[in-house]
Amino acid sequence: MPLAFPLLRPELMENGSVFSIHLIKFRIVSIFIIIKTGTMKFSEIRSHLSKFRVGIAGAGGLGSNCAVALARSGVGTLVLSDFDIIEEPNLNRQYYFLDQVGMMKTDALKENIARINPDVIVIAHQLHLESQNIPEIFKGCDVIVEAFDKSEMKEMLIETVQLKMKGIPLVIGSGMAGWGNSESVRCRKIDNTLIVCGDESSEVSENLPPLAPRVGMVANMQANVVIEILMNLKR
Amino acid sequence: MKDSISISEMLELKKFSFKMRIIKINGVLISKEKYDSTLIHSGDNVQMLYLMSGG
Repeated sequence: MPLAFPLLRPELMENGSVFSIHLIKFRIVSIFIIIKTGTMKFSEIRSHLSKFRVGIAGAGGLGSNCAVALARSGVGTLVLSDFDIIEEPNLNRQYYFLDQVGMMKTDALKENIARINPDVIVIAHQLHLESQNIPEIFKGCDVIVEAFDKSEMKEMLIETVQLKMKGIPLVIGSGMAGWGNSESVRCRKIDNTLIVCGDESSEVSENLPPLAPRVGMVANMQANVVIEILMNLKR
Repeated sequence: MKDSISISEMLELKKFSFKMRIIKINGVLISKEKYDSTLIHSGDNVQMLYLMSGG
């Protein structure tokens, strides 16, 4: 039985023991991660998050999905801002319904959040965000989420928040076009006030449109970063 | 050898042609209008972030 024989060779048995040491190491790492991120009952998490206010700039694919994730988690106040109405093509990724086509995005999102978690206070602004009004609109926010589609708007918001609202963490989305490549979507901390979520390379175009899965991944990743920041804040 | 160059010179040297970007030097964001006048010194921490359309 030549196939059974190699199993008795001492070097392979040694490999076996090395493998089990790796398993033990892996278990130790897992326990460490649980301790590091903390454990808490959802009621405690929700009660902590209810003390905070999050600003969301834009209520499209990123903004609507991120806002819903934060509302489900129990963030106390959401400040939404968008100037646009819902159009049918938006439904391929944005958190709206067919019977809401034609409504203002901010109104529809406020309605959807109320249907999910009526405890969330939603302050909705129907306007074009610009460097002049951003500090006033998002005054008092503990974290701001960048949720625009155009890169020029992303740039304007980042410049405004970083230069005029110093110290307020800003979570931005960059790179989420197309489908697949799940492993390229990531989260990178530039510093304590600027965190980027996305693949940082794919740009939306006619032949590389934004679709629900990748936009949703980035939006929920942004929400996850927001929760991480808020859970580390004492209040 | 120069011990400092402007941000515009650095972008030229490195052939960074993608225009939608954010640059931070030692943690401070530098707005586009200041790329010509802001100098990068040896040892400075320069961070760059590309902004892709989509959302």
